[in-house]
Amino acid sequence: MVCERLTAMEQYLLMNHLSFPILSTTIFLPLIGAILILLMRNEKAVKVTAFITGIITFIVSLILYFNFNPNTYRFQFGEHMPWIPGYNINYTLGIDGITIFLILLTTILAPICVLCSWTAIKERVKEFMFCILMMETAMIGVFCSLDFILFYIFWEAMLIPMYLLIAVWGGPNKDYASIKFFIYTLFGSVFLLVAIIALYLTNGTFSILSAMYKNYSMTFQIWVFLAFAIAFAIKVPMFPFHTWLPAAHTEAPTAGSVFLASVLLKMGSYGFLRFCLPVTPKASILFAPYMIALSVIGIVYGGFVCLSQTDMKKLIAYSSVAHMGFVTLGIFSFTLFGVEGAMLQMLNHGVTTGALFLCVGIVYERTHSREIYDNAGLGKITPIYVGFFGLFSISSLAFPGTNNFIGELYVLIGTFSQNKVAGFFAVIGAVLAAAYMLRLLKQIAWGREDERKIRDMNVREIIYLLPLVLFVLWVGIFPRPFVHTIEKTLIHLSTQMQGFFH
Amino acid sequence: MLLLPELYMLLVSVTFLFVSLGKRRQGIFLCAKLLSLLGLIITLTSITGKGWLFHGAYKIDLFSQVFKVLLSFGFCLVVFMLDTKDEIEEGYLPEYFMFLSFSTLGLMMLVSSVELISIVISLEVSSYSLYVIIPLRKGQTKIQLEASMKYLFFGAISTGIMLYGMSYLYGMCHSTFLSEILFIFPKFIDQPIGILALILTLTGFFFKLSLFPFHFWAPDIYEGASNATTTFIATIPKIAGAALLIRITMLAFAGSSQFVSILIILSALSMTFGNLVALVQKDIKRLLAYSGIAHAGYLMMGILALSRDGSASAIYYITIYLFMNLACFYVVILLSKKGENIVLNDLVGLSKRAPLLAFTLAVSAFSLAGIPPTGGFTGKLFLFTSAFREGYLTIVIIGAVNTVISIFYYLNLVRMSYSKESPLIEPIKLSFHEKALCYIFIFLILYMGIMPFGLLGIFTAAI
Repeated sequence: MVCERLTAMEQYLLMNHLSFPILSTTIFLPLIGAILILLMRNEKAVKVTAFITGIITFIVSLILYFNFNPNTYRFQFGEHMPWIPGYNINYTLGIDGITIFLILLTTILAPICVLCSWTAIKERVKEFMFCILMMETAMIGVFCSLDFILFYIFWEAMLIPMYLLIAVWGGPNKDYASIKFFIYTLFGSVFLLVAIIALYLTNGTFSILSAMYKNYSMTFQIWVFLAFAIAFAIKVPMFPFHTWLPAAHTEAPTAGSVFLASVLLKMGSYGFLRFCLPVTPKASILFAPYMIALSVIGIVYGGFVCLSQTDMKKLIAYSSVAHMGFVTLGIFSFTLFGVEGAMLQMLNHGVTTGALFLCVGIVYERTHSREIYDNAGLGKITPIYVGFFGLFSISSLAFPGTNNFIGELYVLIGTFSQNKVAGFFAVIGAVLAAAYMLRLLKQIAWGREDERKIRDMNVREIIYLLPLVLFVLWVGIFPRPFVHTIEKTLIHLSTQMQGFFH
Repeated sequence: MLLLPELYMLLVSVTFLFVSLGKRRQGIFLCAKLLSLLGLIITLTSITGKGWLFHGAYKIDLFSQVFKVLLSFGFCLVVFMLDTKDEIEEGYLPEYFMFLSFSTLGLMMLVSSVELISIVISLEVSSYSLYVIIPLRKGQTKIQLEASMKYLFFGAISTGIMLYGMSYLYGMCHSTFLSEILFIFPKFIDQPIGILALILTLTGFFFKLSLFPFHFWAPDIYEGASNATTTFIATIPKIAGAALLIRITMLAFAGSSQFVSILIILSALSMTFGNLVALVQKDIKRLLAYSGIAHAGYLMMGILALSRDGSASAIYYITIYLFMNLACFYVVILLSKKGENIVLNDLVGLSKRAPLLAFTLAVSAFSLAGIPPTGGFTGKLFLFTSAFREGYLTIVIIGAVNTVISIFYYLNLVRMSYSKESPLIEPIKLSFHEKALCYIFIFLILYMGIMPFGLLGIFTAAI
């Protein structure tokens, strides 16, 4: 058993070649910042510290990106230490093409979230920033862990600060939303835990690396897949497990919504990519038609529900259901295009939807309403704001030249090559997206004609939206660097999966 | 010197006996704190002791010493938690401490006993002290008397059943020594009489742990006894109960599927029943009583694995349970000004009134629910793994589902203190002593969640 573990480690994990443990640094920097914040009394100092911590973490993750070797599918920057030897639980970290951009997304969003809460959060600022930074640690940890228990601990630890973000700083219905979020997610997670223990008893170790690409018996794979799938489908969320999402999104403060939409939802699709496909390939293939069906239902259903929303946040929340449907659709097409598209779409959705929530947050701070009608007709009053909002909305409906277009195109190519019917319905979903986003944009820009006094965006708000604009256009026009970085990992994944088709 | 911890505990209770004869009541809290702290140190120094006493009826090994350390640590924490709270009639304070330490003495003897008669005697030594201190409560009139009568009756009945089971054991094996029973008993383990004898014998400890269907006393006694007494009853005797369950189920290590099935059923019923009833509780102590019933069920998952790993994880779980439960009760004790019971609505706005208390409560509630990175999760992980390893998938799934059920009411504690706005915002001032204890609890719970290997190693060695 020991021998086997070593080979799995050697086969998949390249140890860290930098002079310091960079992944641990990225994970625990925000935690250190959070502890520092606890010791402070001055609100201003708290905000500044949180922001600086976020920026430093982002810079460290940039080092990660520049040292990332895109020519291997192996996990890089590996760290390995025994943790609970009696149960063969190790502290194993490593990242590959799937996670590198998710980590960057997390680290760039954290300082943005601090900035966007600068004036929006007036009560208990210290605790709020503490929660934000704790979230950041947990989220980066989830993406870096290569040990099931480590993964599970970060995965669950994320729930507590997120719950508090909604429950303490949320909207009027926060009580209901936060409880629903917590219980829904926990329900999925306990089955994940059971599946993890089952894998441990089969492999003798909690290492994710040694659990991948093994030939488990079919029954075992089916049960493990189902347990995984419930947890991840709730997190994504796939239809019909999506009901917690609109409630949580609408009630959460802006920073919470951004984290929720941009990173937490990605954990579900990340779980599918990292666990379901490599650990239970045969069961994934077996269940793929159902997963595709659910994704397509999600896309179309999300689109129709969006058409009838009057609350901006709710509309964007339901549009997340549709967009994440594209992600799962791409993953379960098992083609290289599909998986690459899913991966891109995860990033795109993270950036675009995050930005849209930020925009809603900006206008909410001024009008104290999320209703579309209350915020309609801003085109003349706040032109800069509508400019940004317009860019992100057309990005959200996958307008050519923006990031989502590339992602959806990849997913659709992958889907059409496997399943024409699913592709057809997905296209309908894309048309619906244009309908509901343009309707929203039209209302916001020209929906009302009266004189109101609303401040336009200030410099701070422009600064935190600019990086996201840059990303939207960059991926939309020149996606090559991104695709290049993730390509090797995904090629490896899809070749392995092709092997299981026969 | 093998008996040093026990002798010291005896000395403590005798000291308080003499204090109770005198008139002086000043400085008694300080005295209790110092004595209990010294007791913890003495127990720690004797952890390496090994040997047999009283012709093999009393065994001193790592197993018993580890439990003695836990017991005296728990005792010490309870005394520190009571601090100078005004819960017990002042006149009875020396007696109160006397009986508390005497009960701890009984439990210490219990974990070392390896002979049926000594087990019964030690159990009774500890129980009788508890029967006496339950009615000692200021302010209330009937409720604590009812509680004490109930505890007495249920205790007597369960002892009776246990003696009945022991008589069967003796009848089969012609010995009261566990070491000799262990030798002969495997012949009977698959026969109905063997299973019956074992289950009946275990009843006394099921009662201590408040495992279904021996849980009836718990909610009423928790509600009726003073907050400090409840804290003691809810934690310390359970440690010893778990110890004896492990010791006696070792008789069945040879393996018996029927015996295990019975334990599985008890465990499943206990956690499901406890969690479901806890959902509708308003009084926090009652809620914690039902949560205790559920946790007894979780604990059984380690015991029914009938393996070294299982037993070690059961010890780990009872240890973390001690800390998280004490932390919860500490919040209750600090919140109740005059020793009255605390209901859920009293928690409203706690995070504004006393952020540290709210945080302590949140950490312990999340730990009780089993959310990482707290100790409750790590403990549950070990329990689930050891039960799953022996192939008992059913109970693992039932346990997992129960975790979800339980989150409703644990989260409710957090929800009340964090997301409900309170009309009156009157800050609760915490003294240095109280803050320090809160921090200690938070540290212990997180430490056991993140760094389990040291303790787990000791517990595995102790089995």
